[in-house]
Amino acid sequence: MSEYILEMNHITKAFSGVKALDDVNLKVKRGEIHALCGENGAGKSTLMNVLSGVYPFGSYEGDIVYNKEVCKFHSIKESEAKGVVIIHQELALSPYLSVAENVFLGNEQTSMKGVINWTETRKKAHEMLEKVGLGDEDVNVPVGSLGVGKQQLIEIAKAMAKKVELLILDEPTAALNDEESKTLLEIMLELKKQGITCIIISHKLNEISYVADSITVIRDGHTIETLEKGKDDFSEDRIIKGMVGRELTNRYPIREGVKIGDTIFEIKNWNVYHPDDSERQMIKDVNIHVKAGEVVGLAGLMGAGRTELAMSIFGKSYGQKISGQIFVNGKEVHIKNVKDAIEQKIAYVSEDRKNYGLVLIDDIKRNMTMAAMRKFFSKNGIVNSNDEIVAAEEYKKKINVKANSINQTVGSLSGGNQQKVVLAKWMLTQPDVLILDEPTRGIDVGAKYEIYCVINDLAKAGKAVIIISSEMPEIIGTCDRVYVINEGEIAGELKKDDISQEKIMQSIMAHNRKDDRNE
Amino acid sequence: MNKKKVVNLDMKQYGMFLALIVIYVVFAIMTGGKNLSPANINNLIMQNGYVVILAVGMLLCVLTGNVDLGVGSVVAVTGATVGIMIVDYGMNMWIAILAALTIGLCLGMFAGFFIAYLSIPPFVVTLATMLMGRGLTYTLLQAQTKGPLPEEYVYIGAGFLPTVKIPFGDGTLDLVSIGVAVVVSIILILSEIKGIATKKKYDFPLNPMWQIIVKDAVLLFIVWFFFYKLARWNGLPFVLVIMVVLVGIYVFITTRTVAGRQIYALGGNAKAARLSGIDTRKVFFWVYTNMGVLSAIAGIVLSARNASSTPKAGDGFEMDAIASCYIGGAAVAGGAGTITGAVVGAFIMGILNNGMSLYGWSTDIQRIVKGAVLLGAVTVDILSKRKKGN
Repeated sequence: MSEYILEMNHITKAFSGVKALDDVNLKVKRGEIHALCGENGAGKSTLMNVLSGVYPFGSYEGDIVYNKEVCKFHSIKESEAKGVVIIHQELALSPYLSVAENVFLGNEQTSMKGVINWTETRKKAHEMLEKVGLGDEDVNVPVGSLGVGKQQLIEIAKAMAKKVELLILDEPTAALNDEESKTLLEIMLELKKQGITCIIISHKLNEISYVADSITVIRDGHTIETLEKGKDDFSEDRIIKGMVGRELTNRYPIREGVKIGDTIFEIKNWNVYHPDDSERQMIKDVNIHVKAGEVVGLAGLMGAGRTELAMSIFGKSYGQKISGQIFVNGKEVHIKNVKDAIEQKIAYVSEDRKNYGLVLIDDIKRNMTMAAMRKFFSKNGIVNSNDEIVAAEEYKKKINVKANSINQTVGSLSGGNQQKVVLAKWMLTQPDVLILDEPTRGIDVGAKYEIYCVINDLAKAGKAVIIISSEMPEIIGTCDRVYVINEGEIAGELKKDDISQEKIMQSIMAHNRKDDRNE
Repeated sequence: MNKKKVVNLDMKQYGMFLALIVIYVVFAIMTGGKNLSPANINNLIMQNGYVVILAVGMLLCVLTGNVDLGVGSVVAVTGATVGIMIVDYGMNMWIAILAALTIGLCLGMFAGFFIAYLSIPPFVVTLATMLMGRGLTYTLLQAQTKGPLPEEYVYIGAGFLPTVKIPFGDGTLDLVSIGVAVVVSIILILSEIKGIATKKKYDFPLNPMWQIIVKDAVLLFIVWFFFYKLARWNGLPFVLVIMVVLVGIYVFITTRTVAGRQIYALGGNAKAARLSGIDTRKVFFWVYTNMGVLSAIAGIVLSARNASSTPKAGDGFEMDAIASCYIGGAAVAGGAGTITGAVVGAFIMGILNNGMSLYGWSTDIQRIVKGAVLLGAVTVDILSKRKKGN
């Protein structure tokens, strides 16, 4: 048996003359977990699409040797027939169909003549679920009623049902919280024992160093290097060096010369109930304050209520029966809707830029001015398009949005540049208070650094910045002060020198214990 | 020295326009020039006036990613209102017109209320208003045609502006039309010059001069061809004035106002629009209310042109208006499309109808062709976008 299950040799793939992949080589050993690292746009997804037949044979150069056989896949169906299954970042599940139906979607268990055998479907679905540690789940419930973490596992079960030999996971943990991610990684190790080879694409380098046996780094369409466990250094810094081509000694730029001023933003006794359930309290008596020039973090586990808190403050965009007081610059303000919030100089950058931040089919310019339109780019309801163009050009330069022109559609930009457009959109409203919800989710290391620089500039300009992040190192690296949130309450407050992963977790644990005692 | 920035004209913007010209020329050849006659140019305007008016309003609905199926019925109800008030009760025509507009406004607000504030899908709400409106018309008119409507009223749909006719060739020439053509030409040239000046001032890229000249020459030719033909007939139809004013207003609203931006933003991504401080419910409400008012205007124009109110008036107009928007390049999912596109779409449909009638094809065949053109136009549009995206 050959050592390598897959060899991709000299793969070159061009899009209208631009080479996305240039002489890329990838060798994956049988039964290993092989990680693919690289910045956004480095060509990882393109390479996987070449492998799985999304880009058919003939549209690229080079050859794919899979199981010692040269493969010419023309479609996903052909590669799946050979046991190569790719799970994309966006889940391909149908939310209203049951778990069992989803597991066999496109691969239905049929008796003769295409009639579905339901008993067989449910029984086999259950077997597949056991393999991914979901043995306790009811296969008859609709997939949409389960959490994202479980849905991701169901995707894997679906792949198992197709007799997968080589499983490709594209950013499988991007939407998962720490615990769900951990479960998923354990499942991957479990699959490895069962002899399944995995290729994982991920930005979360700590996960990669934990789970991978070897790492191939791709940069600008070239293979840079392949690191192997036990032989090479697997540290995050080492991987980043390969990805960006230089040592990124400090992932968080130092903020200098910032004078922290008076409190300019304050929330008192904030209470919010669930939008669909008026009995369920999501936010309980929260008090927070932020000073001018200060960067304050909201740390906590996913589902702790951080986004809910932010959105309820931002023009009651979340929840019902909201009560409490908001003070901006020492004065109490009454905010009924988003328009009021913008007028009171509050900005909220959503965690989900594609769904809540951008109009993807529209251009950079119009996206940038969308929120500030009424106040700064119009007079008596008429748009001043020249001012608009000037402002968009200015911000494109200022925060380094990489695009040909401000008339390019936002949908064609990479994640990092999209995030910059959303930031520009809210900076243009000239806010005093900025709430940034997961400002660097799903973007590469280089773009992250640039966004941290923007945050520093905002603090220097005397703004109050609130950062919500699930990545603890990010909170530690960027914040002056941290509120730890757990189950809709403030579980603790940490000053600059006290901020550490352990302290944050301790606060959460202590809060959980207190809750248990009260019950 | 500063290097001058130059970009080519975006031909995609003019693609529909060229298609319109090509179709017109093809029919000119097929019909031996019959569709070039002054009388026919005049007919084109009068026959398509209400479709253009409806297409303009429909575009706003399409921009939100929806359609309004009820417009044909609102056209009928408002036409019936006018007929009953003038013919049966002998009321002043201006009161009748005001009543028709008010009814259009109320029907629009009715649909808008359910769509915006109760979040009922527009397709369902307007399907309901379509059925209710049609039924209401038949009830009001007791399934009969009301007429004739007085001459002053008919003027709205079939009248002409005052003319100054002089003998010319084998007929007459209206100097008012020619005067308007001169004014339009001057405005066109001045705005082009001003546009170039603004671009220079802000250091925006310019189009190559020869392209600007070709573009303007074609536009001027069309303007002069059009007004010359009208001048040879009866001068400027009043419907043309209504059309031009409405199209002008809505081009301005969609391209230059905050309200217009909000409609595009809502259609492109409603959630993002809401989180950017846009009251999406208000936008929905006014888009559908506006459609009601424009339907009333179309109802008035149609009943005036027919000099009567009939229960079948406006049957199927919603489909013509929707088709105009899509042929004119509006995105089915919303967020993209232009008023000029919709107007050009309406005229493509109109020229097809007109040319095929002159050529002697039956209305049955015409429907097949129109359907095929709609499908073809949208297919080309979507395929060309897909290529660009990849």
